[in-house]
Amino acid sequence: MFKNFLPKKILSSSNKLINNLLFLMIFIIIIGLIFALFLSPQDYIQGDSVRIMYVHVPASFLALGFFGFIGIASILNLVFKIKFVTLMAKSIAPIGCVFALISIITGSLWGKPTWGVWWAWDARLTSMIVLLLLYLTYIFLWNYVKNFEDANKLTSIIGIIGLFNLPVIKYSVDWWSTLHQTSSISLTSAPTIHSSMLVPLVIMFAAMIIYSLIIFYMRYKAELIKFKINKRNKNN
Amino acid sequence: MFGKKAKSRMVFLALFIIIATIVITFILRSLDENLVYFFSPTEIQNKPNISSNKKIRIGGLVKEDSFNKNDNSINFIITDLKNEIIVNYTGLLPNLFSEGKGVIAEGRLKDKKYFIAEKILAKHDENYMPPEVSKALEK
Repeated sequence: MFKNFLPKKILSSSNKLINNLLFLMIFIIIIGLIFALFLSPQDYIQGDSVRIMYVHVPASFLALGFFGFIGIASILNLVFKIKFVTLMAKSIAPIGCVFALISIITGSLWGKPTWGVWWAWDARLTSMIVLLLLYLTYIFLWNYVKNFEDANKLTSIIGIIGLFNLPVIKYSVDWWSTLHQTSSISLTSAPTIHSSMLVPLVIMFAAMIIYSLIIFYMRYKAELIKFKINKRNKNN
Repeated sequence: MFGKKAKSRMVFLALFIIIATIVITFILRSLDENLVYFFSPTEIQNKPNISSNKKIRIGGLVKEDSFNKNDNSINFIITDLKNEIIVNYTGLLPNLFSEGKGVIAEGRLKDKKYFIAEKILAKHDENYMPPEVSKALEK
């Protein structure tokens, strides 16, 4: 599967794939929204506000996952000098950043009707803000450091530093007492979300993954072309 | 398999990660007191000296049948099933506030058993289910 993301493959691929993915995404989002807004039941204590979960949880998950990808790509870049992985990381960063922002905004909208406050400086919410700041720093460095090699190094350092924040976000709700509830879905035990609510969650998750793939693919291809042009200009 | 330079960078990175992990663990441990969002009644009970001037948060479950309202002042008990604290509060309660459910109170301790709250937050758990299922579970 990894071979499909090699620069040669990406550059020679047609845009038909994107169009197909786009239709698939729209289809899945419509189904997901029908489940999330109409077919799924209310929660026994939260009522309708539980529906925010169907955006909040997948967005948070992807924001963390994409930074994990950036971190690993940063290691591959600094240690093994594999350049195209940082171009992948650079392309995925704005997507993760937007998801981190969506996670924080929807979380805030969810907090008001359930907890009674928009915001609280507990460990989960604070570490999530740190993630957003790391994303912004990462993107900022790519945009404002003109020399490619310098930008490549600096962003990779941010990527590796940011890796340490990920377990803190994930386990903050277990390590410290927080206002945020603990995770409902884990690898080791059955989810504490009723199956009728798990369905829209999974569909929305799939939709967001496909959305990310589309944006990632377009950005990555553009980055590769930019990289090639810069290289050619330098050689001439 | 890897070049000499890559190998030395690998060792450097591995060392960096190990040291950084240790340092971060120590920092987080020493900050523990500041990272928790609230204290449980038992933690309050075990604290040797606690000032009544400092704003703190306490959290736990609202004890069943402990809620009563007179005029505009509200009284209820926060419990962690080991220790209890009586909470006095004037103001609006969040929608999810109810007996037997999680709650966090922000305010000042009068003494170790009596708390004057300025703000009440509802804390819900990680269980999500339709009302019918919850009713069926209760039976």
